[in-house]
Amino acid sequence: MRKLMWLAVSAAAMLAAAAASAQTTPRKGGTIRMTAPYAASFGSLDPHATPRAQDDIVNKAMHRTLYNWDTAQNKLVLELAKSVSVSGDGLVYTYKLRDDAYFHNGRKMTADDLIWSYTRIMDGSKGFPGARYIRLIKGAIDVEKGQAKEISGLRKIDDNTLEITITDRVEPGYYLFSGTTAILPKEEASKPDFASHPVGLGPFKFKEHIPGSRVVMERFDKFYKPGKPYADTLQVLIMAEAAARDVAFRNKEIDTSILGPAQYVAYRADPQLSKGILEVAEMFTRSLQFNPAFKPFADKRVRQAVNYAIDSDLIIKRLVKDKAYRAVSWLPPSSAAFDKTMKPYAHDPEKAKKLLAEAGYPNGFEFELTTSQNESWGLPIVEAIMPMLAKVGIKVKPKLVEATVLTEILMKGEHQSLISSSLTGPDSLATLRAFYSKTPRTAGNYTSFNNPQFDKLLDDAAQEGNADKRNDLLKKANNLLYDEAPVWFFNYNKAVLAHQPWIHGLQANPTEITHQYPEDIWVDDKSPAK
Amino acid sequence: MLLVLGRRLANVIPTLLAVVALVFLLFSVLPGSFISGMNEDGRGAIDPAVMERMRKEMGLDDPLPERFAKYVISIAQGDLGRSFRTREPVTRLIGVRVWPSLKLVFAAMSFAILVGVTLGFVAALRPGSLVDTISMVFAISGLSLSQFWFGLMLMYLFALQLQWLPSFGYGDGGIRHLILPAIALGVGPMALLARTTRAAVLDVLNADFVRTARSKGMSERRVVSWHVLRNALVLVVTIVGLQFGSLMGAAVVVEKLFAWPGVGSLLVDSVFQRDMPAVQGCILMIVLFFLAINTLVDIAYVAIDPRIRYRR
Repeated sequence: MRKLMWLAVSAAAMLAAAAASAQTTPRKGGTIRMTAPYAASFGSLDPHATPRAQDDIVNKAMHRTLYNWDTAQNKLVLELAKSVSVSGDGLVYTYKLRDDAYFHNGRKMTADDLIWSYTRIMDGSKGFPGARYIRLIKGAIDVEKGQAKEISGLRKIDDNTLEITITDRVEPGYYLFSGTTAILPKEEASKPDFASHPVGLGPFKFKEHIPGSRVVMERFDKFYKPGKPYADTLQVLIMAEAAARDVAFRNKEIDTSILGPAQYVAYRADPQLSKGILEVAEMFTRSLQFNPAFKPFADKRVRQAVNYAIDSDLIIKRLVKDKAYRAVSWLPPSSAAFDKTMKPYAHDPEKAKKLLAEAGYPNGFEFELTTSQNESWGLPIVEAIMPMLAKVGIKVKPKLVEATVLTEILMKGEHQSLISSSLTGPDSLATLRAFYSKTPRTAGNYTSFNNPQFDKLLDDAAQEGNADKRNDLLKKANNLLYDEAPVWFFNYNKAVLAHQPWIHGLQANPTEITHQYPEDIWVDDKSPAK
Repeated sequence: MLLVLGRRLANVIPTLLAVVALVFLLFSVLPGSFISGMNEDGRGAIDPAVMERMRKEMGLDDPLPERFAKYVISIAQGDLGRSFRTREPVTRLIGVRVWPSLKLVFAAMSFAILVGVTLGFVAALRPGSLVDTISMVFAISGLSLSQFWFGLMLMYLFALQLQWLPSFGYGDGGIRHLILPAIALGVGPMALLARTTRAAVLDVLNADFVRTARSKGMSERRVVSWHVLRNALVLVVTIVGLQFGSLMGAAVVVEKLFAWPGVGSLLVDSVFQRDMPAVQGCILMIVLFFLAINTLVDIAYVAIDPRIRYRR
């Protein structure tokens, strides 16, 4: 009897273990149905030709770059190389490339493919957006200007070894992980119809593109990570309307969806849907950028007064429905140079009034605020801050424009202030250079910020070889910036991805949550798309 | 008949030229450009040097008259230019969208004619009855509904609640994915057709020749099918033509909502991204469709009403 009982207990334990293993062991096969939520079409499936977040959703599946962002470790990792050695002066990088990476046409990747791809990006007649990253490589600008045919800073040592010489002492991974620097096969990318029949190194190969509807990809069996990808098929379905996406998600027609503030509240309140929510503080900082050419904003006290006058927490809670994190500096929390001890500006209208009076504006002033319709950082937010600023005597005149025009206005600098969302990572040094005095307005210094102390910290950081010391310098610069308040620090985007219970391996990628590495994603047998 | 066709075709050319000029000028004065719009998602991807080069490559820095002249010459050669966004020829970009658009427009119009004309006819034959009231409430509601809201309600009811149909997408291009967007798009013209048909039929029913036909002892069925239907049809065909022609342009909202890969969704995306060649190509396509349908309607008049033929 005891023997029988023991047998029963053992069998039950084995069954339980098997069940648990079935849940955690990735299943081979099935279809992943991801959504592309940002526009009603894809721009281009040629990764060099497009800088858009929407296009990178597909390009991450079909193409690969020298580096990748490892979400679990929150850092850059080598992707197409197995190792790298750096010269003493920090300018020469020697990569031992993967010898097991194949393009979808069956050809093995070599150092020539990296050289050809980077040279293609620098073709000045094409105006490829990734040129800004490759320009870091010595001699790349000569190719862009048509003064050379080859990038002198790229040297093939053998098929699997590549030497890259850079011009600045920075981490090249921040530049060479961008989707616009993907490695492509010359024989395919040279064809005129490459964008409609893309070939890359990624875990999924192209199958079908119905413009305005979907891109379908199939598993690439010769992908270099053993056993991956898991799924047979990856569909990226265009769904630009949030309300329609919501219906499709609830109807189990899609596996993932991006949530806006209103849906975020509804999903959190739902006992079932709330179990499938992935959140991350994305590397985007929302801010009201002051133009110092408008006299009151040239005074630090006025800029600080605006920060004190606005109850940012209230706006985030009530209007943005907690779908954002309060900004406590320009750099986001995922940045290595973020100071975790930073405290936000308190909501203190009295202090704001005092600062305004000290600055010579005891009765306040009036300014024009350019804004778009964006629900998270546009007109609704401007409408919320208007009464708050009115309480300290500042009158806001909103000026509504299309989001497409915001950058053009910032570059011209004819505005008084403008509210927008800015990419603030992952490279802290490059991000803070938006406030470096030598950075022209057209290259990103939209607040015409000029502070010698800040400049010196950035110069020192650029020269510093030790990563920890460099981050300390950048941390100081970031904190100084917060005190100088060239902007009203509003929030960091909280990106929210809703997912079905049968999909696993999704990553909370802070660089852009829709950019998933689909080789790690799998669907269990409960998925309705078998 | 050939003369009518010739006259209509002769009118098409100046109309097209006017549209081309208007669209070109309108988008030339709009603020923002494709290149500055590349930063719309806040990724800061634009580099000033690249911007400058792209502007030059796309000819955006050329003087306006020069750009316009180049554009008109290209159109005359059947070349709509290259999309800024995809770098593909615009003709190819639009080419793949035309068939889904046509499918949607024809399905929506079929729904509108079938339901709208039937409702209007039934309502007119029994004016003041319950059927008339219900039909007209239905028609007025259809006219007042927002396509976006109505489309969402269709999704909610037929996809989420009843699980009869997919809520979005093109699928394999079959009828299951077509039904909901077609109804959402067709409800407006359906309502208009119901009201127009009712008014037209009532008008004809009170005409002298109908009274004469009845007094001659002709059966009501023959009066309606022989005299009323044919005469009322002229007005109905006019509305069908106008609605049909404008449906491709009106499909913008429905296509975006249902992720339907037609010309409308391409247009809205291209406008937001200031992809000028694609915008101009899409509008030209929509106008051409409108003009083609109107020409067909003119020909249909001649077939339906012999008096129009004699007037020549």
